[in-house]
Amino acid sequence: MDLRYSETDEAFRAELRAWLARALPDLPSPPARDDWPARVRFDTNWQRFLYDAGYAGISWPKEYGGRDASPSEQLVFLEETTRARAPYVGVNFVGTLHCGPTLIAEGSDAQKTAHLPKILKGEEVWCQCFSEPDAGSDLAGLRTRAERDGDHYVVTGQKVWCSFGHIGDFGELLVRTDPDVPKHRGITWLILPMDLPGIDVRPIETVLGSSEFCEVFLDEVRVPVENRVGDENDGWRVTNVTLSFERGTAFVSEMVDALRMAEELAPDVHDPTERRELAHVVAELDALWALTKRNVSQAARDGSPGQGAFMLKLAYSEARDRLGELCMRVLDRAAFDVHDERVEERLRTLSIPIAAGTSQIQRNIIGERVLGLPKEQPWAKVP
Amino acid sequence: MNFDLSEDQLALRDGIRALCRGRFTSERIRKGFDQAMHEELESTGVFSLRADGFGWAEAAITFEELGRAVVPGPLVWTHLAHGVADGTISGLARPEPGAAAFIEHLVTADVIAVLDDDGVSLVPTDAIREAAALDWPLDPLTPVHRVEALPAGERVAGADVAAMWRRGGGVLTAAFQIGMAQACTDAATEYALARRQFDRPIGSFQAVKHLLADMVVRAEVARAAVHAAAVTLDDPGVCDLDRVLAGARLLAAEAALKNAKSSMQVHGGMGFTWESDVHLFLKRAWVLNTAFGSANEHADALAARL
Ligand SMILES: Cc1cc2nc3c(=O)[nH]c(=O)nc-3n(C[C@H](O)[C@H](O)[C@H](O)COP(=O)(O)OP(=O)(O)OC[C@H]3O[C@@H](n4cnc5c(N)ncnc54)[C@H](O)[C@@H]3O)c2cc1C
Repeated sequence: MDLRYSETDEAFRAELRAWLARALPDLPSPPARDDWPARVRFDTNWQRFLYDAGYAGISWPKEYGGRDASPSEQLVFLEETTRARAPYVGVNFVGTLHCGPTLIAEGSDAQKTAHLPKILKGEEVWCQCFSEPDAGSDLAGLRTRAERDGDHYVVTGQKVWCSFGHIGDFGELLVRTDPDVPKHRGITWLILPMDLPGIDVRPIETVLGSSEFCEVFLDEVRVPVENRVGDENDGWRVTNVTLSFERGTAFVSEMVDALRMAEELAPDVHDPTERRELAHVVAELDALWALTKRNVSQAARDGSPGQGAFMLKLAYSEARDRLGELCMRVLDRAAFDVHDERVEERLRTLSIPIAAGTSQIQRNIIGERVLGLPKEQPWAKVP
Repeated sequence: MNFDLSEDQLALRDGIRALCRGRFTSERIRKGFDQAMHEELESTGVFSLRADGFGWAEAAITFEELGRAVVPGPLVWTHLAHGVADGTISGLARPEPGAAAFIEHLVTADVIAVLDDDGVSLVPTDAIREAAALDWPLDPLTPVHRVEALPAGERVAGADVAAMWRRGGGVLTAAFQIGMAQACTDAATEYALARRQFDRPIGSFQAVKHLLADMVVRAEVARAAVHAAAVTLDDPGVCDLDRVLAGARLLAAEAALKNAKSSMQVHGGMGFTWESDVHLFLKRAWVLNTAFGSANEHADALAARL
């Protein structure tokens, strides 16, 4: 067990720190929450900026524009960018944090070459079209149909809660290609160009009064067969690859950022009981960062992050909720304005125990996969 | 940076685990700490570990395994005092001057180590004249005596050593607590798989499954914190030592307590009996929660560093 970074890591840190000190002051200030054209420009410019400096896709293979850096350098990258308050991935979330890694693991050579460099350069914004009105936690119950017609899948159905759906260039799309087998077996994972005819995207207003996610209606949309990732009807397996990145690694930078927020809250917390609560939250976030280091170290040894990755999302959701509540208690009523960073954060973080699989679903998974407990019910057929 | 257990550490862990399984069965543990147990632990190197060239990390790994088996005894103190005093050592961290002292394992101990802000003193147990045993101590495996006037001991080390013992004692106690938290998870899971109600294993019911999932996560997160604290004790400067230490103590104490309570819930009526081991874990968790500083003290210490 060794928590000390190597000399190579520290050299990387110094170089990165120097670059951030030069680069960040020249960045324009972040745009307003619902100015989507400006947000896309800001986030993709930052992505391009990272790319040009050699810091995009830290862990991705070099041949697709990544840095092929070691996992510990990735951690250093997260620590330093957070400390320097560098921009958040924003609209590049899906592309860089779970679609890209899925394509690296499961995509064809053509798909990798076509998309990975563009994701890293900020030239492609991705969104995720998984959830449906009647398939949320029970994602495998999805009903959006895809019928094969020559070189195309003809897709009809409805998706919901699609973050960045209104600005995405491509979507990770799940469709049902075989309705007659147990529901997990008839699913296929497709790359959906969001500008195909037959796609209608309608924004939904969130509790922030913002349009962060959308409904997506698909009416006989013709998706080329070459856009399929993995085999036909093997999409549930590919989906689990995507979800493992989405739940296991995608929010780690948020976690580090939460620690920064907790530290910044400290001077405003005076009540002794609240200070103890803050200490508790910080202890949890510190421990989650240590657990991340453990997962990364174990992944380096056996190629998979082990069971620790299952735990992060659940533990983080709870710690984040406590931090959010503490923020609200520390604020006085005059500050109850959604434009206040802490109020906005509190509202935004209400989604963490829901998005990417609810906390209840994470507990089911931990109970069944980590502890080996039996399922409550056997898998059902497609409704 | 490689926060995984090394091959040697895994071997140490497995060795101690196997030893505990074989030697410290529930039946034996229930008879309490005695000279034979002291000798076995001593010959295994539990007390001399750091003198033998290992670090706090390895000591923490060892104490985690002792915690899994809820081995009784003043193990942490005897480990801390290795090389300074011989035999079985019990101790007191920061006793209040003039107030009565509550001493664990007084009868089996040879010496009492007393830590104050200025250093470490040793009081031979036979110098203690009047000590009243608590009739029925909360943890049946942790006998406690009340000593009205503790004789002034012989000063054997200064403030630095006292501070080091306090921190090290905190880490080893926390390590013991995460071992207990893990054992509670394991026992409850085993029970949830075996016990059937409504025609199926109770572990298939979500209300039970979710209790267990929370237990496993709590222990895992606390373990990461405790290992980080132990590693920092070996290599100061890698993190803010007092911050990681306070965090580890908070999370480990909570994991031991909450997991013991959840384990009792999963075991149903059986969990409420003297016959099952569940109460031993819960009672020890309460006792350890007062060792080397309370949860509130650690929370205050952490908050003060923000
Ligand atoms: C901010 C945000 C962004 C999102 N972005 C996307 C996106 O980009 N793309 C996308 O496809 N989806 C997205 N989602 C959808 C998200 O994945 C789903 O909301 C989530 O999986 C829950 O599904 P649901 O909303 O249908 O709730 P439901 O599944 O209806 O759940 C309702 C309640 O029932 C509980 N429940 C359901 N089933 C069980 C069970 N078996 N055991 C115990 N409890 C259960 C849930 O925990 C929850 O409390 C997003 C959601 C949010 C909040």
